[in-house]
Amino acid sequence: MCGIAGLIHRGKSSKVGHELQGMLQALKHRGEDSTGYALYGDTDGKNFIMRFKVGENVGEGSTSVAEDVSVYDERKKIVDSYLLEMGAKIIKEDRILPYSLRYEIEYNKKDLLEFSQKIESIPGVEILSMGKSLEVIKDLGNAKMVCDRYNLDKLIGTHAIGHARMATESGVDIKSAHPFWGYPFSDVSVVHNGQLTNYWNNRRALENKGMRFMSECDSELIAVYLAEKMRDGASLEEGMKESLTGLDGVFTYFVATKDSLGMAKDTMAAKPLVLYESDDLVAMGSEEIAIRSILPQEIDTYDPFDGEVKVWQI
Amino acid sequence: MANLKNVTKKTKAQAMGMHTEVLTGRTQQKFFNPDEAENFYYFGTYDVDFNKRTDLDVKDMTAADANKEIDNLMSQGYGTIVIKNPQGKHSIGVGILNKLNLIFEGSLGYFGIGSCDGPIVRINGRVGWSCAENLMAGKVVIEKNAGSCFGAAIRGGDLICKGSVGARTGIDMKGGTIIIGGDAGAFTGFMMQRGRIIILGDVGINLGDSMYDGTIFVGGEIGSYGSDAVDAELTKSDQDWLKRKLKVAEIGENFDVSKMKKIVAGKKLWNYDNLEPTEKKGAI
Repeated sequence: MCGIAGLIHRGKSSKVGHELQGMLQALKHRGEDSTGYALYGDTDGKNFIMRFKVGENVGEGSTSVAEDVSVYDERKKIVDSYLLEMGAKIIKEDRILPYSLRYEIEYNKKDLLEFSQKIESIPGVEILSMGKSLEVIKDLGNAKMVCDRYNLDKLIGTHAIGHARMATESGVDIKSAHPFWGYPFSDVSVVHNGQLTNYWNNRRALENKGMRFMSECDSELIAVYLAEKMRDGASLEEGMKESLTGLDGVFTYFVATKDSLGMAKDTMAAKPLVLYESDDLVAMGSEEIAIRSILPQEIDTYDPFDGEVKVWQI
Repeated sequence: MANLKNVTKKTKAQAMGMHTEVLTGRTQQKFFNPDEAENFYYFGTYDVDFNKRTDLDVKDMTAADANKEIDNLMSQGYGTIVIKNPQGKHSIGVGILNKLNLIFEGSLGYFGIGSCDGPIVRINGRVGWSCAENLMAGKVVIEKNAGSCFGAAIRGGDLICKGSVGARTGIDMKGGTIIIGGDAGAFTGFMMQRGRIIILGDVGINLGDSMYDGTIFVGGEIGSYGSDAVDAELTKSDQDWLKRKLKVAEIGENFDVSKMKKIVAGKKLWNYDNLEPTEKKGAI
């Protein structure tokens, strides 16, 4: 059992970091092994923001092996040298935690596949997100802990999706935490609640087509599946509709891009989702209490039906 | 492991120590004896006065505290309780086993009004998953929408949602009536065993899948029929009953019930036919 939440402001910006923290914290009983945020912040759109990790959180509850900080330093040095080699210029650098970094970089090539492959060829390095608006932040602990650790409370943006995870079939670590970046597409992220039963079949087929997996978490498949559809020319909504038959199992998932937010629910409607929709705000979560954390007044909400796909624009 | 060639016990499973209990006949089933009615005590029930009314603001309460306070108010004889600010909390208004007017000014989360027997409940908002699960008697009215598993395993009473409901409405229901003013999701009436479901709007795929018994009436389009769900003739008495029920429920009073579809169990499931006629009653 995991919890997912998402919101999109239409026509304005808001403190989406703070709002999503409240929504996810309301769902913490659904899992607090790890919590992740995909925040779409207000930026000038010129530079890429790359969130990446050079190691794992090995704190209490983690299933990762401890490494010396000097190993992280060495990996960071190699990342820096590779960026220079590829013609990417670091404009701003934040080392938020020994293992977690945020770079603002100037990079003029559109294809991020080669870029990502090069960076992730360094053992222990994973790009959590790459985009001109998207920032994926995920770590062990509940929503409040992660929000405080990464100072997300003040982030202003238009939309966001997040995930409170109860680890079931893969490790308690950052690499298995949601959201997943829609590698190698700029600004695409996914969160999922459910279980995919044809994970390995799909994974093998997608890997044969050159797609990359970083974890053994079935939810990552959704991000890769949609990325592959979009690579072949499908729109986000078309890819999501195809996923209803291409993915087997029970699922409710959210996907976000630079200017949109979407939801899909499997044909059995086995996973919960409550949705609130108005002219200027869409908010949704695994339980109504998530929405109530930002809208305490009486509102009209509903459960989307089985096999339903919806996409909203900012 | 036991040598199964030399098994002297009744079953291989017993010889292997997989279970040790010995059941004979219906040892688990107890029937109500009217001669012992005066000894029957329904634990946790109160005589309440409907004219004695109070408000309860649960905004800063946990679900457990809210339920305890409702119980406390009933013990003081309050028969009409208005709950303010439920704000989507889970499991509120559960386990009420006596008559009571319970009004929620707002929406409930999951498992609201669970395991109740007798109250009349009005919710001026929406409800999450599994509302009124195991309802034995009474009436529950939801003014807006409801989540999945609405009225799961109810045994009796009337459950009315004026909006739309999610998937698996009336799953495993064993009696009572569920009335939906809007649309219903997939697997409505899944494995239902008795009772009636009325849907004025459309319904999703696999309607009445694996239903044992009971009746489903649909006013709109049907996504698809589930296994062993079949059409039946809508009789005059069905229409009269539908009219009466919709009127009492204050929903779809002018709805043309003559055009509704009636769905029942085809009773072709293998396990159903394996039962003796007397056992069928026990099964449902």
